[in-house]
Amino acid sequence: MRAWINRQSLLVDYTLSALARHGGRNLGLFVVYSAVVFVLASTMLFTHAIRREAKALLTHSPEVLLQKLKAGRHAYLTRGELDGLGRLRGVNRVEGRRWGYFYDAVVGANYTLMAPEAGHPDRGRVDVGDGVARARGLAAGDTLSLRSAAGGLHVFTVGRVFSAESSLVAADLVLMHPSDWEAFFQLPDDVFTDAALSVVNPLEVRNVARKIGERLPESRVILREEVLRTYDSLFDWREGLLLAMASMAAAAFAILAWNKASGLSADERREIGILKAIGWDTRDVLTMKLWEGALISGGAFAVGFLSAWVHVFHLEAALIAPVLKGWSVLYPRFVLTPSVDAVSILTLGLLTVLPYTLATLVPAWRAAITDPDQVMRGTV
Amino acid sequence: MPGFPAGSVAPIAPVHRFRPVAALGLALGTLALGALLVTADLLKPRLPREEAEHLTRALGLTDLALVTEARYLRHVSLADLHSAFQDHPVAVEHFPAGAVIAPPAHLRHAPSFPSSTASHARLD
Amino acid sequence: MSALVELSGVTKVFHEGRHNALAALRGIDLTIEEGRITVLQGPSGSGKTTLLTVIACLARPTAGRVRVGGEVVSNLPEAFLADVRRRKFGVVFQQFHLVAGLSAWTNVMLPAYPTGRSHADIARRASGLLDRLGLARLAEERVEGLSGGEQQRVAIARALINDPPVVVADEPTANLDSALSADFLGILAGLRDEGRTVIMSSHDPRVFEAPVVDRVVRLLDGKVAA
Repeated sequence: MRAWINRQSLLVDYTLSALARHGGRNLGLFVVYSAVVFVLASTMLFTHAIRREAKALLTHSPEVLLQKLKAGRHAYLTRGELDGLGRLRGVNRVEGRRWGYFYDAVVGANYTLMAPEAGHPDRGRVDVGDGVARARGLAAGDTLSLRSAAGGLHVFTVGRVFSAESSLVAADLVLMHPSDWEAFFQLPDDVFTDAALSVVNPLEVRNVARKIGERLPESRVILREEVLRTYDSLFDWREGLLLAMASMAAAAFAILAWNKASGLSADERREIGILKAIGWDTRDVLTMKLWEGALISGGAFAVGFLSAWVHVFHLEAALIAPVLKGWSVLYPRFVLTPSVDAVSILTLGLLTVLPYTLATLVPAWRAAITDPDQVMRGTV
Repeated sequence: MPGFPAGSVAPIAPVHRFRPVAALGLALGTLALGALLVTADLLKPRLPREEAEHLTRALGLTDLALVTEARYLRHVSLADLHSAFQDHPVAVEHFPAGAVIAPPAHLRHAPSFPSSTASHARLD
Repeated sequence: MSALVELSGVTKVFHEGRHNALAALRGIDLTIEEGRITVLQGPSGSGKTTLLTVIACLARPTAGRVRVGGEVVSNLPEAFLADVRRRKFGVVFQQFHLVAGLSAWTNVMLPAYPTGRSHADIARRASGLLDRLGLARLAEERVEGLSGGEQQRVAIARALINDPPVVVADEPTANLDSALSADFLGILAGLRDEGRTVIMSSHDPRVFEAPVVDRVVRLLDGKVAA
């Protein structure tokens, strides 16, 4: 055992000094390799964490959401229609939602203006999400002026600013009193954007959905499970910009690595010949090559993955976020709960380490098993 | 010893010089610290989300506010099937985030004309 | 004196079966005795270097048998042959074949890396060898910065690190002047006095006519001349 450790540690010594002798090239390879792993691992960690957040938060969404369509376009629901829905068997509660989009020309951001039936601020006051607060530089007590489409300037006092913790659901929210909402959008007090329904028996939700469809033929019914499924497959990798970028980098790197690893230079071949001539056997040479491949690829994976971890969970995915933010002026803060999908990370690890190690090992094989005399003469 | 040239100084005792393996050990130590960080992060309890959960329940929210560029990106799950002259969630993309965010799951298998019963037909 | 290396009917053909096939050795029968300095002498092309590589287990014969210390080695599987090579032979090459970029010390230690001995052990022995060969103050120098004579002594030290009973040297004085050649022969005498066997190839009269040499084997066209 002792002897085995001695042998391994000396072989590693030699491997490291051999790598250091071609320092620049190996360092460059290592850095690029780590960078590729970094991009892929960051993407994987980020999307996994967002999916988990979505799942955790949106399980509190309404069971059924109803939208009315008129002539193929989104239309408003009336109170009468809501009451009718409430009378359907299986429907527990109906709550009309009133919300709309507003483009704030001052900062070029889109807000979601919402007027909840219960728990709304007083007239003249608004509760804003942290994205709005950041975009307009607001704190509790400040004034927020919004110019409506009709041309009027509406001035509100900020009551509450939601914390960064709820950023993912509330970043662009502006909650106001229903009367203020009606005045701002010049809408009557009888309209609702859509309706949130809860059902008596969750197992019957699809039957209830069908009944709603029969009662309101021009409606769209969206179930919570559909919402959750949407967020589960939210980041479609096949079309993902992120993956496209990473794939290009990975492909370029694969070519580079293959080129480097799959052929031994004349120098390296000679070196193997010398080692064999002075007493190393095939096993020793191949062990050394194995260490070489494993150290570079394993090291690249470790460095890439750890930096990705820090990047996503401690630096709020600063490099990935711009892809999502796009041209948005207003965006949530990505304070994500650290979590890892072990299977995909393991896959990434295997894909990083195995092919490269093999690519380093295989070309050395031929040189390693040949008689040293032939190798040194250069007639392998 | 006969035959060996003179001129050497006193024998050098083997000094414990810097060995590459030691550098590797150092690197591994750093990585081990990194692994500890990861483990510590994983063992921490979930970040507090009470406010977010409360808002989701109270307001009946159905979407994360990930992207505010377009309405079908802001409310992915409520996106329309299609509307005349409206941005189609499955159309050729001109918002950067749209290339990363997929259309809602329940629309990807839906037939091309809106019909409430038709969309229910795919509730499997 | 007992026979350390025995060759019977050893033939070595390069590029066998092809148009440029070359028979470097043709049916060599030779016995090398233990504890002597033996020189293989002959013009270039006579097969000296090839014979040396076969003796030192660096190459296998195309035909014939090689016995080292009584056991047949020519048909051993590679791993066993490598083991014999490592334990029994220390080779000094004509071009030295030191690993550039490494220090003299590391070069000397290299053959012992896979043996399972600790770094401290090997370093100690290497240090001792370098000192005996007068290279103590050059131990940390990179080998490519050393002179020809110094490099050769590093090569000798390297050949001795695993304490082999047989030292093999190929054209050792080809790159040395007279003074260094004399030094070198002195080193060889010292090795023989320690009980080792020395086998060299040379076409240099300063070598095969030196009094320190015990036996000269003449080679011509791949055969032992009478």
